[in-house]
Amino acid sequence: MKLHVKYDINLCCKIVLQEQLDKLELKYTITGLGEIEIKESISPSKHDELKGNLTKYGIELMDNPKNILVQKIKDAVTEIVHMKTLPNTNISEYLAEKLNKAYGHLANTFSEVTYTTIQSFVMLQKIERVKQEIIDGNETLTELAWKLNFSSVAHLSSDFKRITGLTPSAFQRIIKKRKENQFSE
Amino acid sequence: MNHDALHIILADDDDDDRLFFKDAIEEIKVKTVITMVKDGVELMDLLNEPEKKIPNLVFLDLNMPRKNGMECLNEIRRNHKLKDLSIAIYSTSGLEKDIEETFIKGANIYIKKPNDFEVLKNMLAKVITLNWQYHTSGLNRENFLLNIK
Repeated sequence: MKLHVKYDINLCCKIVLQEQLDKLELKYTITGLGEIEIKESISPSKHDELKGNLTKYGIELMDNPKNILVQKIKDAVTEIVHMKTLPNTNISEYLAEKLNKAYGHLANTFSEVTYTTIQSFVMLQKIERVKQEIIDGNETLTELAWKLNFSSVAHLSSDFKRITGLTPSAFQRIIKKRKENQFSE
Repeated sequence: MNHDALHIILADDDDDDRLFFKDAIEEIKVKTVITMVKDGVELMDLLNEPEKKIPNLVFLDLNMPRKNGMECLNEIRRNHKLKDLSIAIYSTSGLEKDIEETFIKGANIYIKKPNDFEVLKNMLAKVITLNWQYHTSGLNRENFLLNIK
């Protein structure tokens, strides 16, 4: 038999962080957007211990300010792309306001660190969302196009094809057959 | 974010293709470390070496002596230890049937070998930056499919 689960990634991460911070008896507040405020200073040995403990959950304690900014941009993009229905605001304005920095600065830092642009990261995330929604199979492409702010189904399909090299229906067929293939072995 | 170089293996029996590939990859901005092998047996021996760091990405030619690309693909996807390894098929065939077949068997990327150096460079740049995103942004690798012609 197969069990289906739905999870809240933010909540999962927050609980892991709380458990690990409590274990080291630190006083802290989790301020959201990947930031933790430590009430008093943290000793280098505790810092390293925390870093090591978090690694196994895929959580990385970061030190380089450019990487931190890029991670904040990625988190903000991921957050907006996973909203139930995407807001109509311009993503560059949204990021500038949310991170309180000029968009040009955000864009330059992002490109320098990741070798790609914020715009293409946004598109990649949107297509990832479309993939997941296709697999879950609850909505038609028309509904998805509207929810995710594509101007039409045709645009959604052509962006999907441009990013993945496959049509949404070929993608769906491949994933379905891949699953059947795994279960038959 | 992981700023180490991306570890890549190319498995291809054609000497010219390997050279061509190496030159192209060296011109791409993302830092890479590349290892070359000449057939599927060498590849699987390398991947199965105990204690060895698992590479990020393997480029797999389908037609190779001793053990072909399809056999390697099947073996890699049955090995849980290699679950985070992205597989790019690097083949002369552009048949839709072949492409779908490899995706179904668990390949992530399909590249039809181009004859032009610039085209190859652009293709590899796209593959590598995208793989980098999956590697550093916590994207779901199970849904990672990319077909480049």
